[in-house]
Amino acid sequence: MARVGIIGIGHGQFGRRSDATVQELAFEAFREAVADAQIDPKDIDGSVIGSVPEYHKQRSLPGVVQEYLGLNPVPTWLTEVACASGSAAIRTAWMGIQSGAHRLMAVIGCQKMTELSTPEILALMGRVGEVQWESVFGTTFPAYYALFAKSHMHEYGTTREQLLQVAVKNHYYGARNPNALFQKEITIEKALESEPVSDPFQVYDCCANADGAACVILASEDIARKSKKPVAWLDGMGCATASMSVLRRPKLTGLPSAEDASRTAYEMAGIKAKDVKVAEVHDCFTIAEIMAYEDLGFCDKGAGGRFIEEKQSYADGQTPVNIDGGLKAKGHPIGATGVSMTVEIVKQLRGEAGERQVKNADIGLTHNVGGIGQYCFVHVLRRD
Amino acid sequence: MFKWFGKVNFSPYTKVTEFANHLKDGRLMGSKCKQCGQESFPPRADCGKCLSGDFEYKEFSGKATLLTYTTIHAAPTGFEDVAPYTIGVVDLKETGRLLAWFGDTISDKDIKIGMELQVVPRVFEELEEIKVYYSLEKPGTTWSAAESS
Repeated sequence: MARVGIIGIGHGQFGRRSDATVQELAFEAFREAVADAQIDPKDIDGSVIGSVPEYHKQRSLPGVVQEYLGLNPVPTWLTEVACASGSAAIRTAWMGIQSGAHRLMAVIGCQKMTELSTPEILALMGRVGEVQWESVFGTTFPAYYALFAKSHMHEYGTTREQLLQVAVKNHYYGARNPNALFQKEITIEKALESEPVSDPFQVYDCCANADGAACVILASEDIARKSKKPVAWLDGMGCATASMSVLRRPKLTGLPSAEDASRTAYEMAGIKAKDVKVAEVHDCFTIAEIMAYEDLGFCDKGAGGRFIEEKQSYADGQTPVNIDGGLKAKGHPIGATGVSMTVEIVKQLRGEAGERQVKNADIGLTHNVGGIGQYCFVHVLRRD
Repeated sequence: MFKWFGKVNFSPYTKVTEFANHLKDGRLMGSKCKQCGQESFPPRADCGKCLSGDFEYKEFSGKATLLTYTTIHAAPTGFEDVAPYTIGVVDLKETGRLLAWFGDTISDKDIKIGMELQVVPRVFEELEEIKVYYSLEKPGTTWSAAESS
C-alpha cells in the first residue's frame, strides 16, 4: 500500500471567538498550514471539512468554507461523526489519496459552539444518547461519562483523586500551549471546590465548549517525498463503532470502539501499544482519559487510575499523553478536535513542540472519540 | 401515544407507540418477536436478530439490578426545574436495560451499584397534559403505591 503523508499543519486560537465567523476561523488554520507545507494552494485538488452542523446557523458549511479559502472549483464535502468529525475528515482524505482520486488535500476541522447557551449545548450534546428512551430523562453528555466513571470506580477502585490528576496534568501542559483556552495550572484542591456537574464530575472534570479550527495538508507519497520538512506518515488507520445506546453496551468501564480501532491501527502500522512514544487522547472528561489508557493498551484494564497516579502519562513517563493540554485545557471545538490532535502529533514527530517536546518521538498516536464511543478513530503517525 | 412518554419527548412517532398507553395503565412492556421469539427492552418493532417486523408486547416484571448511576446538577433545556436529579441504568430481570430517574422510595445516600430495584410506571400528576415515565424504586413498590405518593 502506498503511503499518505502529512506535509503541512495549521492551528488557530481556541476559545470564545466572538471576533470571527466559522469560515474566518477555518482560514486562520488553513493559511498557516499552506505556509507550513510550502505549497501553492492552487495545487490542492480537494478538501474535507470536519464539523458538526447543528451548532451553526449557516447551512451546508463546506460550501462557505471552500469559497472563503479560495478553493473553488475543486471539490469539498463534510464528515460528521459528533466529536470525531475531524478524524473522520482525515480518514476520508487518506482514502481519497489512497484511491488515486486525489493527490493533495486540505483537511479542515472547524467549529463555533459558543453562540449557543450552556443549557442549549447540554441538551444538544445529551441527545447523542438515544433520544427515544434516554433523553426523555434529561440525560446530558457529562452524565453519560459520569455513568462510566461510577462503573469504573466501582469495578476497579479508581478514586476521585485519580480522576482529577488527569485534569491537573492536562492543565499543566495547557499552561505551556499558546493555542490553549486555559493556560494556567490547577490543583486538586481547587478542582474539588468547583461546581458540581454530574456526580462524580465537577467543572474541572469536564472539557470546555470552544470555538476554533485546525488544518492538515495530506499528500500522496510522491508529493510528500519532496517536502522539506520531516513527513508524518499516516501508517495505521483504525476506526470502529459501538452501539448508540448505553443500554446495549456489554460493559460501562471502557469503549469497545476504541479497543477495536486501536487493534486495527496497531496491526496496520506493525507496532504494539508500548511502541507509541506520544499520544493525543480524547479526554472530554477525566474518566475518558483513564479509559483511553486502558482501551489503547498503554496499561492493563483497570490500571488506568494508577497509571496517572504514577505520572506514567507525563512527558517523561512511559507513554506521554496530551502534552498539549488535551481537550481539557485546550478547549473542545468538536469538529476541530481530531485535526488539532493530529497537528500536535506532527509537531512532536518533527521535534517542533518546544518546551512540550517529548524525547525520541518517532511514533505518535491520535485517539478521537465521537459521542460516548459510538465512533472511534485511532491513527498511528510515524516519522522515518 | 408515544408523545406521552417523558417530561420532554423528542420522538413522538414510533412503531411502538402503544408502549406509552400500557405505561399509563401501569404496565411495563417489552417486545417479543413473533417469528423467532427474541425479547427486547426497550421494545422494538423490528427484530434485530431475524429482521422480522412481526412483534407483540410482553409485560415485564420491572425487577432490576442497578448497573451504574449519577446525579445531574447541570441540567439541559427543559429539565432545569427538576435538577438535581439522579438517573440509574439497570439490568432488567427478563432481558435488556433501561435508564430512569430514582423515585421517592430511595434516598440518594442508599444508592449502591448492584442493588435490587423495582421499575414502576408513573404519571406526572402536576402536569395537565398526559405525561408518563417510569422510576426506580425499592423492591416491592407497586404502581398504585407510587401513584399515590
